[in-house]
Amino acid sequence: MKHVLAPIAALLALCLASPLALAQKKYDPGASDKEIKIGNINPYSGPASAYGTIGKSISAYFKKVNAEGGINGRMVNFISYDDGYSPPKTVEMARKLVEQDEVLLLFQPLGTPPNSAIHKYMNSKKVPQLFVATGATKWNDPKNFPWTMGWQPNYQTEGAIYAQHIIKTKPNAKIAILYQNDDYGKDYLEGFKRGLGKRTNMIVKEVSYEVTDPTVDSQMVQLQASGADVFFNITTPKFAAQAIRRAFDSGWKPVHYLNSVSASVGSVLKPAGFDKSVGLISTQYLKDPTDVAWASDPAVLEWIAFMAKYFPEGDKTDASNFYGWAVAKTLEQVLKQAGNTLTRENVMKQAASLKDFVLAAALPGIKINTSPTDFAPFESVQLISFDGKQWNRFGEVMGK
Amino acid sequence: MSRRNLILIGVLLLVACALPFLVSNYRTFQFTLVLVYAIALLGLNILTGYNGQISLGHGAFYAIGAYTAAILMDKFGFPYWATLPVAGVVCLVVGFLFGLPALRLEGLYLALATFALGVSMPQLLKYHHLEKWTGGVQGIVITKPDAPFDLPLNPDQWLYYFTLTVMILMFFFAWNLLRGRIGRALIAIRDQHVAAEAMGVNNSIYKSLTFGVSALYTGVAGALGAIAVQFVAPDSFNIFLSITFLVGVVIGGLASIPGAIYGAIFIQFIPNIADELSKAAPWAIFGIFLIGFVYAMPFGINGAIRMLLARFGRKAQNSGADSTVTESSIKTKEASS
Amino acid sequence: MDAFLQQVFAGLATGGIYASVALALVMIYQATHHLNFAQGEMAMFSTYLAWSMINAGFGYWTAFLLTVILSFVLGVIIERVIIRPVENAPVLSVVVVFIGLLVILNSITGWIFSYTIKTFPSPFPTAPLLGNKFVSSHQIGAIGITLVVLLLLFAFFRFTPLGLAMRAAAQNPVSAKLVGIRVGWMLALGWGLAAAIGSVAGMMVAPIVFLDPNMMGGILLYAFAAALVGGVDSPGGAVFGGFLVGVLENVLGAFVIGNELKLAVALVLIIGVLVVKPSGFFGKVHVSRV
Repeated sequence: MKHVLAPIAALLALCLASPLALAQKKYDPGASDKEIKIGNINPYSGPASAYGTIGKSISAYFKKVNAEGGINGRMVNFISYDDGYSPPKTVEMARKLVEQDEVLLLFQPLGTPPNSAIHKYMNSKKVPQLFVATGATKWNDPKNFPWTMGWQPNYQTEGAIYAQHIIKTKPNAKIAILYQNDDYGKDYLEGFKRGLGKRTNMIVKEVSYEVTDPTVDSQMVQLQASGADVFFNITTPKFAAQAIRRAFDSGWKPVHYLNSVSASVGSVLKPAGFDKSVGLISTQYLKDPTDVAWASDPAVLEWIAFMAKYFPEGDKTDASNFYGWAVAKTLEQVLKQAGNTLTRENVMKQAASLKDFVLAAALPGIKINTSPTDFAPFESVQLISFDGKQWNRFGEVMGK
Repeated sequence: MSRRNLILIGVLLLVACALPFLVSNYRTFQFTLVLVYAIALLGLNILTGYNGQISLGHGAFYAIGAYTAAILMDKFGFPYWATLPVAGVVCLVVGFLFGLPALRLEGLYLALATFALGVSMPQLLKYHHLEKWTGGVQGIVITKPDAPFDLPLNPDQWLYYFTLTVMILMFFFAWNLLRGRIGRALIAIRDQHVAAEAMGVNNSIYKSLTFGVSALYTGVAGALGAIAVQFVAPDSFNIFLSITFLVGVVIGGLASIPGAIYGAIFIQFIPNIADELSKAAPWAIFGIFLIGFVYAMPFGINGAIRMLLARFGRKAQNSGADSTVTESSIKTKEASS
Repeated sequence: MDAFLQQVFAGLATGGIYASVALALVMIYQATHHLNFAQGEMAMFSTYLAWSMINAGFGYWTAFLLTVILSFVLGVIIERVIIRPVENAPVLSVVVVFIGLLVILNSITGWIFSYTIKTFPSPFPTAPLLGNKFVSSHQIGAIGITLVVLLLLFAFFRFTPLGLAMRAAAQNPVSAKLVGIRVGWMLALGWGLAAAIGSVAGMMVAPIVFLDPNMMGGILLYAFAAALVGGVDSPGGAVFGGFLVGVLENVLGAFVIGNELKLAVALVLIIGVLVVKPSGFFGKVHVSRV
């Protein structure tokens, strides 16, 4: 009797399961049995076109994903448009992606002003604005903007960490700050001041520069003249290299905190000069593929192979290309988790339920954590210090 | 204006009115931006095309108009339509005040002065003492208005019609202004300013006022643009915007009213086309388009159209408002006057 | 006082950068009566050519010389191929062509060489001259080279028949043709020389600011102002203007108005100068016949 029961039970189970299985496939615009449409907006032209390589590296990654069978059997259709870093254009492209191309979600739009411009629109249309490429703090607001989520650790947290480190290690410091006069620079500055709390009087000089300035030499002269012995350097790669070199050449030896955006060994420290970068302090959450410390790390090797095969024209010393690869992997995970329920709501739900998700590209001990009340995937960073050859981690993982 | 032109304009208006119902909301939004840029370009054209004063800084007036509208709506609760006249007046005054010292400058030197204005605008908008009003680097977010009187239009369509109405009014005023005495005075100043002065045209007043009016047009366009995009931020009004306006005016056709519309279509859609043609270097494609257009149509799209029409032997228009600087148009003007 | 001197010297150093690019702008203006907005990008592109050569193993001075020659040829080609067809177009149309050239060069360079910054070597020693702590040897050397180029230019225009022919071709093409000057080739020569001067400027600038496709954007802005405040038809004025703008910008930013508004204020001051002296400090006052 038993040997008949089993197959009957199996048949029964199958009959019950299949309509359920069929009913489990749910699609919103942009998803189907065959493909998932993902929208992206990046500056491929204009003054910020240096960051356009992120969009290109993400596109290359999804080419790899498709070559290896897609996500749950569906091919990724990655549609990326250029906005020239101009918010009116970003609005236009976002509307094109949502209303004309009907993508499932908008992934990694780049820049704070562009994302601010489409913030309300995306939420009113109930389309995910997922893993935005900016370190501003305002993307972690699930109560008011449930369809927007950041990815990288925000600048304010990083600034506060440096401030607290200074209070702990050098409580009588005189601090000089150089910052870029835009949302990125001001965000770091605000976080830093917040971290100093009542001790903002430690700041003896703060000086700004514009992206259109040819050099920051004049600013560095001002900062050195202030007699500060701690320097917080909030500059993008080109100016960071100039500042590092200038500080060394003019004999100014402050405790030098460098913001993580410009901490790449290959694209900042090498041009500035390794000998001039000794003692730099920064934070990191991802591995630096140009850092000799990670030369034989499996994730870095995987990335190098990926670049060689799918993005050979990409610059292997550009940290942006590693960043793009890492964030694309995160989206891949979210979409995998969504399974056959490819609705926008479920995509956000899956993005908001990453628990201790380990990205091989991240530093050991730093994990992605999200929840319905926590829309900040990366919140922890590690303090690092440069010894002339590589970045060395010290202290413990900070942040959340 | 000849009957043929009136019929043409009538047909165009009909098409323009029907547009929001023929295309998607997204396209309506794009066309709204085309109308906005057309007003801005007309402003620049009045100054540069008709009056010969080059401006590499009109993005600044666009920014002032945009921020005026945003601040009034965000901080003072003004209704959107009330921001337009205020933006216009503010820009009129600023433009006039800028035009006064700029009187002594010609050609390249004026270009530098206006260039300075365009380049400094983002810095001024980010200035931390003004942050309370301008929102600093974060900018200001505003809401698009709904259609009034419960009209069955969605916000995109309503804004399109609103912009279209404003544009028609402003174009009509400009056309009226330019084909009369004032228009002739402007052109006289452009072509032979010493002779114009000798004939009784007060150069200083006309030139400064022209700056003011030109700024007014571009400022109103800026206000409309801010409402359409629902966001203003300092770095979106950088020197590239001013250069884009200049490019639009030249490609569209200097000293022509339809040129403003052609130019607006160009600066709105060609970057998108460039983006589709090449992801690797879209800006290079845009540059090739620029050079190509200038080769094919050195006097702008309007100039090319007029030459085509002239070649097919039609009578040239009689109105003084179409005074493109071509030898053929001078001949035809003489023939028809 | 020390801080003030530091700023002045830093200003002279950056001013030297502006001066060299302004020189190229004035050169092309003297030859063609057009202000070439793409001059900065052409200089940047030339510097990348030099960088590629040095990377391929060429010696510094070999690469330097080859780049200058190559840039000269490129300038001539650009004039013949791109500018010649729009010779008779209105001034502003030619300006649009310059803008097109600017964006094309910028975009293509970024595409070929990517946007990460590159180091560019300096031919001058690293130790500061006489151990001073104000300017590096390279900055002094760069200023020196700019002055040499200036002298050569001045001598060329003043004392050689070719220079005279070029000036004639620019000022009065019709009459120049009547006396037998090949105006077309004079224009091409002007472009070639400007491109060559620009390449020298680029190679002097890159070691200071690092080589990247957006290297020249901000510099062109200041060089434009410098050329005009010095007088757009005076090479000496351009160099003077460059130093003036550099020092002004630094002193204003450090002691007067703060860095946030220094650009705006510097430009306002320059315009103030131009309102008083509409042709710049050393420019020729043009009196036109009615």
